[in-house]
Amino acid sequence: MSKLENPGRVEDFGSPHDWERLVQEDRVHRLIYTDPGIFREEMTKIFGAVWVYLAHESQIPRNDDFVTVHLGLRPLIVLRDSRGGVRALYNRCTHRGTTICRQDRGSAKAFQCPYHGWTYLNSGKLSGVPWPDGYACDFKDAKFNLAQVPRIAIYRGFIFGTLNSDAPPLLEYLGPITRPIDEWLDRHPGGRIVFCEANRLKYRGNWKLAYDNSADGYHVVFSHRSLLDMENRLEEDPDKGMSYYRSKPDEAPMYVQYLGHGHHFKDKRPNVAKRPGALWEIEGAHPGMEHYEAKLRRRLGAKADRVLDLASSEPVNINVFPNLLILGNHVQVIEPVAVDETKLTWYATAVVDDSGELEGAAEDVNALRMRTQEGFPNFGEVDDAVNFEEIQRGLQALEDEWVYMHRGLGIPGRVKVAADGVITAPATDEVFMREYIKEWKRLMQARPNLVVRREP
Amino acid sequence: MQQKHDPSRDSHYVDDDFYRDLTASFSDWQRDERLVADPVLREQCRAFLDREARLLDERRFEEWLALFAPECLYWVPGTPDGGDPRKEVAISFDDRRQLEGRVYRLRTGYAWSQVPPSRTARLVSNVEVFATDREAVRMVRSNFLISEFRAGETRVLSGCYAHRLARGVDGWQILVKQVNLIDCDQNLRNPSLIL
Repeated sequence: MSKLENPGRVEDFGSPHDWERLVQEDRVHRLIYTDPGIFREEMTKIFGAVWVYLAHESQIPRNDDFVTVHLGLRPLIVLRDSRGGVRALYNRCTHRGTTICRQDRGSAKAFQCPYHGWTYLNSGKLSGVPWPDGYACDFKDAKFNLAQVPRIAIYRGFIFGTLNSDAPPLLEYLGPITRPIDEWLDRHPGGRIVFCEANRLKYRGNWKLAYDNSADGYHVVFSHRSLLDMENRLEEDPDKGMSYYRSKPDEAPMYVQYLGHGHHFKDKRPNVAKRPGALWEIEGAHPGMEHYEAKLRRRLGAKADRVLDLASSEPVNINVFPNLLILGNHVQVIEPVAVDETKLTWYATAVVDDSGELEGAAEDVNALRMRTQEGFPNFGEVDDAVNFEEIQRGLQALEDEWVYMHRGLGIPGRVKVAADGVITAPATDEVFMREYIKEWKRLMQARPNLVVRREP
Repeated sequence: MQQKHDPSRDSHYVDDDFYRDLTASFSDWQRDERLVADPVLREQCRAFLDREARLLDERRFEEWLALFAPECLYWVPGTPDGGDPRKEVAISFDDRRQLEGRVYRLRTGYAWSQVPPSRTARLVSNVEVFATDREAVRMVRSNFLISEFRAGETRVLSGCYAHRLARGVDGWQILVKQVNLIDCDQNLRNPSLIL
């Protein structure tokens, strides 16, 4: 039985914020993006109180493997301990607070604090301190073991953690968003992917600007105009990439959904013909395309279309509140750094073919898939990130208080609510933003019971 | 018969051999015994890099593109050792067509990450030339500092370049330009600049 430790219920101290005023039906106040106090509250009421995505199992495939990440601002070591259990240890020496691990990833059975040499097993248990006879205390006391995230749960390789002892089970938290996650995974051999390096970006702006954007079908042809122009610049390449946004996107079969608990989903797959090779046909130009396509067709014949689709960007945005965005073939992670600074890490994914389903073509698929994944971070996301920065700059205008998210609101018949509560709307609708920010407001008004755990 | 492809239109040359040559030629090449002592050649390479930096500082991208061989690569690895690009993504990995697309995008006027454009002053230094197995091909290592002003702020980007140059009839051409940012594996703010 491990020891739970309550660092104290998150106290509002009479939070100075009038949440009903800050978050309204059609608009939100600029302060939710700019106020350092609200950001501090988010680091406990959101990042910590809900299930937050931490890492992917493929980053720690073997026992003793670790990666360092953050839960909000808390530095963590996510690892597979020597017995194979996945843990998220606080990267903080219990002695003086020093981070004990300064590498992004690696393999270690134990961590020794570089400051005074306290050493911890990867279970989090203190294994020794230098010259213990200088201490009167009993180092078997659990309080000297590393703090760790008390609840860790894994959904098909995605590792989540929460500090909230009252949070529902992960599956309940994810709810219907598991369906698109399953579909996204199941298009791959064996229903799985592995992470392989990343395009790493950051911007000077609030983290919610990225989450607001993640299912936004309204910005595409404007923010990404240069990308669409570039992808379609050669006459042999018409209608590539996200060209389907160009005329009347709300009349296209794609849609946006709000799935509860802050999660949303943009499904562009209905725009693409449902046959093998249709996805590959709209993929923009990337290095090596023609060579590898010809090679795969020679090798696999009619089966090549389906395999080429694996190198193509899957037209979905699966957004798991607050920080996990699955889009194309990427797993993008939002990491808040400060009220006006955010890291966006676009992990690339590769296919693995243990069962030989691809008949030895996995290497070629990945050689293509790496190149297709470099496209959007290079030629699309950079423009969004600058627009996020320019929002942050615009929001410095104190007297002009409101940010609108009312596209689609009040138009009869536009937004449909199913019996299970799932809300569906046309592609450019902002209903997903209104709904998730409502959930955000609910969380900011709550008083979650956050705890850490230590080995006994 | 091998069909002739236009590398500006399609990408047949980025194949298994290309990747194999790339990873082989960009590993273990900075060996002292391969250092070229010839001051004339070193000066030629230095002048080539100076001109390249000037073209980029002046946003003369079309002339800059003309420095590259038809089948070329602009490569910004996302890990300090460059890794195997078949198995991992890079910050940028542009063949001829994509490099032309990169310039095309910047010229549209709608690439918001470069509207207004960055102003840059590039310093290229510590130029060393290394021999390769091929007489007409040289590897050139240099350090760079790019002082960039954009959106009211000035920052410095730095690292080292590795140019794989081939001697053609009209002088040197870039086969591969590898840009090794010192912070390549960290989260980068607005990496839309051509490095």
